Amino acid sequence: MKITIKRFDKRKEPQSIDMNYPIFEGLTLLENFIKIKTTIDPTLSFNGVCRSGVCGSCSITVNGKAKLACSYKPKDGDHIEPLSYHKVQRDLIVDKNKVHNTLETSHAAMHGDVIVENFPKVTIQSDCILCNSCFASCPVMAVNENFIGPFALSRVYKYITISSDSKTSIDAIQQNGVWDCTLCGECTLACPQGIDPKMDIMNLRSKSVQSGYMDPNMQNMNFGLDFTQGF
Amino acid sequence: MVVTDILIIGSGGAGLSAALRAKELGADVIVATKTLPTNANTCMAQGGFNASSSEDIQTHIDDTLKSSRGLGSSTMIDLMCKSSKASLDWLINLGVPFSLDSNGDLANRFMGGSTNKRTYYAEDYTGLKILQGLYDESLKRDISFLTNRYLLNLIVDEETKEVSGATFLDISSGNVEEVRAKSVIVATGGYSGVYGGFTTNGFGSTGDGIAAVVRAGGVASDLEFVQFHPTALKKSSILISEAARGEGGYFVNSDGVRFVDELLPRDEVSRAIAKELSQNKEVFLDVRHLGSEKLSHLLPQELKLCKIHENIDMANELIPIKSVAHYTMGGIEVDQKLQAGGLKGCFAAGECSNAHIHGANRLGGNSLLEIISMGLVAGENAVNYESKSEFKENSQLAKDKAFINAVYHNFTNQINFYEKREFLGKILYHNAGVIRNDTGLKGVLAALRQMQREFTFMGISDKSKEFNTNLIDFIEFGNALEVAEMLLVGALHRNESRGAHHREDFPELNDTFQSHSIFWKEDGVLCAEFKDVK
Repeated sequence: MKITIKRFDKRKEPQSIDMNYPIFEGLTLLENFIKIKTTIDPTLSFNGVCRSGVCGSCSITVNGKAKLACSYKPKDGDHIEPLSYHKVQRDLIVDKNKVHNTLETSHAAMHGDVIVENFPKVTIQSDCILCNSCFASCPVMAVNENFIGPFALSRVYKYITISSDSKTSIDAIQQNGVWDCTLCGECTLACPQGIDPKMDIMNLRSKSVQSGYMDPNMQNMNFGLDFTQGF
Repeated sequence: MVVTDILIIGSGGAGLSAALRAKELGADVIVATKTLPTNANTCMAQGGFNASSSEDIQTHIDDTLKSSRGLGSSTMIDLMCKSSKASLDWLINLGVPFSLDSNGDLANRFMGGSTNKRTYYAEDYTGLKILQGLYDESLKRDISFLTNRYLLNLIVDEETKEVSGATFLDISSGNVEEVRAKSVIVATGGYSGVYGGFTTNGFGSTGDGIAAVVRAGGVASDLEFVQFHPTALKKSSILISEAARGEGGYFVNSDGVRFVDELLPRDEVSRAIAKELSQNKEVFLDVRHLGSEKLSHLLPQELKLCKIHENIDMANELIPIKSVAHYTMGGIEVDQKLQAGGLKGCFAAGECSNAHIHGANRLGGNSLLEIISMGLVAGENAVNYESKSEFKENSQLAKDKAFINAVYHNFTNQINFYEKREFLGKILYHNAGVIRNDTGLKGVLAALRQMQREFTFMGISDKSKEFNTNLIDFIEFGNALEVAEMLLVGALHRNESRGAHHREDFPELNDTFQSHSIFWKEDGVLCAEFKDVK
């Protein structure tokens, strides 16, 4: 019974190697990391704080899927890597700061006055723990690294639903935002909190259209014809 | 050298509230955190946020005073309770979506020890939603964050005792650096983490800020008061919310016998559980009678956690539990302006501080209230503080660089500190936990002081500079040793039982101890005395 962890150290040559470790049975993956660090290899580097799935710090990739290490029981042969689409800093530690900048780009915060009666509509969206699992599962990242990504867009949806001003955020998510999503739903599958960013993004598209924006993809679908000349 | 008006250390609810208030008042603010901004224990607070209506304020004050068992300050409790509604409204205006009742009004519930219903909640994710909301607002207000910065020491003028910044280990680069500020707010959280393996808290709750304040010449107080939560999972110490009992869950021991009224205050329930465990019985929480449908609706988080951590289906099986360290009432001794005792220009807010609000035991729902209301107060007071000195040359940075260098090159690492850390957690839990006595406390204190002597024979195996979490674990352990020493000295000298501090050799409350235990260092040596309650 063993797991393989992809190690990374930019000062070493080669920088990246796979290492095998025994599984401490009955423990979560995060507890396994701690056992490895405290009894086998103190150089293994990872993050983890709350142990109970609410701080979002221990997200990693297991067999190609984003998981919270504190909520996953390892199985024989599991391959553990850092989160995708994040700059790896050391072993399983990645730079989440840069990814959290999408919250600023999208102006995901309260603008205008609060509408308390709409609070029940954003119960699920406000359960986000910023683990970045959705971001790491999003195939758009492979082609557009500036894509705002699922968690920031779900947050925008949360705030515009409970506020009198939706314009600030809606304006901010037209570029590299709602229209760049392929609606594949990988984010929804990845979210450990049951949030559905795909649905939120579809709703944001409707809001965008209501605010006078158009789907830029539609504008390009002219089938080679020039409609500007009229019939 | 980084320079700012207000340096805030810690990015949980207290730190971010302080940052937002200071920024609103026009100050330049930096928040430094050893992890990322939302990786704080605040996110684990489930129960709720106490806010009293104008008719309820006096009752809220009385409930809090009563729970403090004579160690609460009516002035500070007044300040907190009277601002509670405003603090709640502030959060709501930031878009923290509190739960509504069927009439569309904000929903509230009773918590143990409260006379009136005043605990507002956001499902069972109150702390999480507050913290994420504060973070979003902080980004909107352009508050600067220094992430992956581990607090080493405060920068203090030896003559005036004025604090003008702090030194940090930048975990990402391995460099020691200083941040200078006109005033500093310490918001680094509690110290339940000294009970390693026996706490509901996240990793890293080692009282770093408390230890730093005491090293800088400041004062800590009441560290012997630690609240133990009755229901943590037996193997993992993961918290099972009080809601499980509120909804009708009850305890049985391994003989299948019920042994305590489940709705008594946390300290009394924890003591009853500890007694059963000391008689080599197991203790279980039984919620089977509620049925799987009701459980999946009422306690979805708990269902999931039992499955992952104990491999138990709580709808059909008993949940093995124990009581573990949950919240620390003691901390940095602060005055009514939240300024740390013995220092100037250094404020403290949240669980790391002892603002004489919770006293010997904390009322449920008052911790989230405290971090927000006192965080806001600390932010304002820090802005209004007029620093006396320009940023003078200071030797702290050089000292701390030398210390880190010594850990890399001179600490021999012949003793595995991870083994010592585990051992310390175990002996603290069993001898300075729910039930304490003179012999046990003296034994742990002796073992702890031996670890302090052995500290230079411990050390790090990982010699990398960047992202060296082995080094961080080691320095945290050093802080845990300093904080646990104060905890033990307080517990040893408080020859009485009061609130969460229970001595089986002194089981009664004793009026001569209606006083605060006070801790400080002189030439690196810990000093302690009792000081009357004001």
